[in-house]
Amino acid sequence: MRTAFIQQLQIEARRNPRIFLVVGDLGYSVVEAFAEEFPDRYLNAGVAEQNMTGLAAGLASEGYHVFTYSIGNFPTLRCLEQIRNDVCYHNLPVTIVAVGAGVAYGNLGYSHHCVQDIGCLRGMPNLTLLSPADPGETRQCVQFLSAHPGPSYLRLGKAGEPTVHELELNFEGPCRLTNGKATNAFVGTGSVLAEAMIAAANLINRGHAVDVFSMTRLTSPDLDNLRDYQRILTVEEHVAAGGLGELLCSGLPRNVKVRSISIPARLTGAVGSQCYLRASAGLDAAGIQHCFETWLAEDHV
Amino acid sequence: MMIAEELARRVRCHAARMVHAANASHIGGCFSMAELLAVLYGQVLKYRPHEPSWPDRDRFILSKGHSTAILYAILAECGYFSVQELLQYGQDGSRLLTHVSHKMPGVEFSTGSLGHGLPFGCGKALAAKRSDKRWRTFVVLSDGELDEGSNWEAILFAGHHRLGQLTAIVDYNGIQSLGNVSDVLELHPLADKFRSFLWDVIEIDGHDVSEITEALLPHRKADGPPLAVLARTVKGKGVDFMENQLKYHYSPPRTEEQLQEVLRQLEGARS
Repeated sequence: MRTAFIQQLQIEARRNPRIFLVVGDLGYSVVEAFAEEFPDRYLNAGVAEQNMTGLAAGLASEGYHVFTYSIGNFPTLRCLEQIRNDVCYHNLPVTIVAVGAGVAYGNLGYSHHCVQDIGCLRGMPNLTLLSPADPGETRQCVQFLSAHPGPSYLRLGKAGEPTVHELELNFEGPCRLTNGKATNAFVGTGSVLAEAMIAAANLINRGHAVDVFSMTRLTSPDLDNLRDYQRILTVEEHVAAGGLGELLCSGLPRNVKVRSISIPARLTGAVGSQCYLRASAGLDAAGIQHCFETWLAEDHV
Repeated sequence: MMIAEELARRVRCHAARMVHAANASHIGGCFSMAELLAVLYGQVLKYRPHEPSWPDRDRFILSKGHSTAILYAILAECGYFSVQELLQYGQDGSRLLTHVSHKMPGVEFSTGSLGHGLPFGCGKALAAKRSDKRWRTFVVLSDGELDEGSNWEAILFAGHHRLGQLTAIVDYNGIQSLGNVSDVLELHPLADKFRSFLWDVIEIDGHDVSEITEALLPHRKADGPPLAVLARTVKGKGVDFMENQLKYHYSPPRTEEQLQEVLRQLEGARS
């Protein structure tokens, strides 16, 4: 995803002279080509995320659309007040880009587990929060954000994520990836959506049709196309508090039953690969399938 | 434009009336920077009150946003909005928040939480430098707020990137929220600290308009070191019972009699 991000940002920067990339001393083997092509619109702010975000707001107040880039919690939680006050309150065009969302950097330890960011940022004024599921969605998100400059957060995975779909996002609400004929649905955000797609395919073979939605936009989403489902299972690499599950619980009518799979508290500090941690959380395809089938059994379906 | 001493006296009077009416804090830190603001707005900054977004204006950022009463007063005196509106300060539904608000004409940036103004100013100064603009960026900080690490990130950044059109002015009154700066977290030797971060430093008496003018007015090289002006000031300056008193970080002149005494002393300073 980070490659798709930087390639698309370069494309946007060629046609938009206001785009400016500020990195927090991270992005080795990712940002070099941008830096070389646009030396006047590139800056390494050093390992100083509060200053990076404040100066991004200052640059944005002078007409730039600034993208700040770093890993997970560093450009987000480390400088949350700068995002809140300097960027969002002043409604300035700064896009915060975090790579390694969820547990993509699983074996680097808890410092690198980015699992509270959605909850921390969803309530910020004027902010658009986009959490793409694959490289194609990432490209579309960069296009969209470049065309709609404002406070925004782009939550990226790392590298090597599979393509989940090639549909066009509308950026208003969840994007349906299946035929829409099922009575139950999986709604996922971020690269873990790929696991939900596999789980849905497996369930068809077991006689259960499930629709799948990509929830790319996590702020002010239009949830109309989810209102008629009986059961919705949400899937996210994020803690339950403030995440996608809570968002749908509060935004959907009561006749839609919502359950969520998220990163549980017992995995705080757990170390392992993304695959290992997803399986530990029940966020792999087998875990999602099991959760759904257990739910149906409880409801005697 | 009136002389700086008279402008400082007038805005002190406005600020006293404002915090009295609103029962608001921070008069001490307003009074300590009255001359700094008077020189900036009277002689240094380029601005057009009727065109607040004039592209070639100098940018002024109040990082010690709690001292906004006196900034609003000077903006009103300069014609950004009416002097009559000042008494709306802190009142229900007013646009004059008691921490500086960018909703007011002439205000570039809202602050209130400390340690935000200088990083933002770095961004503005960098934007000017990258686009070869001549306007300058001035940030006024309190001494207490230099406890915030974000300031030192910005000081390191501005020195390294030689943001010569950036000037930080420290209202060095020596008193912060719970005591003397020297007792809470010693800043001395502050000039050496800035110099070691590759800044030029000028130390002045922050109530001497000549020294302030000499420090702030000269042209700065775009690719030179940023400038730190360490202005030694007196908290509550101008009113004998307020000077150097921690109490007046918080307490306004509460009673009408106190307000009249403050105004009487300030009136006595009329030049």
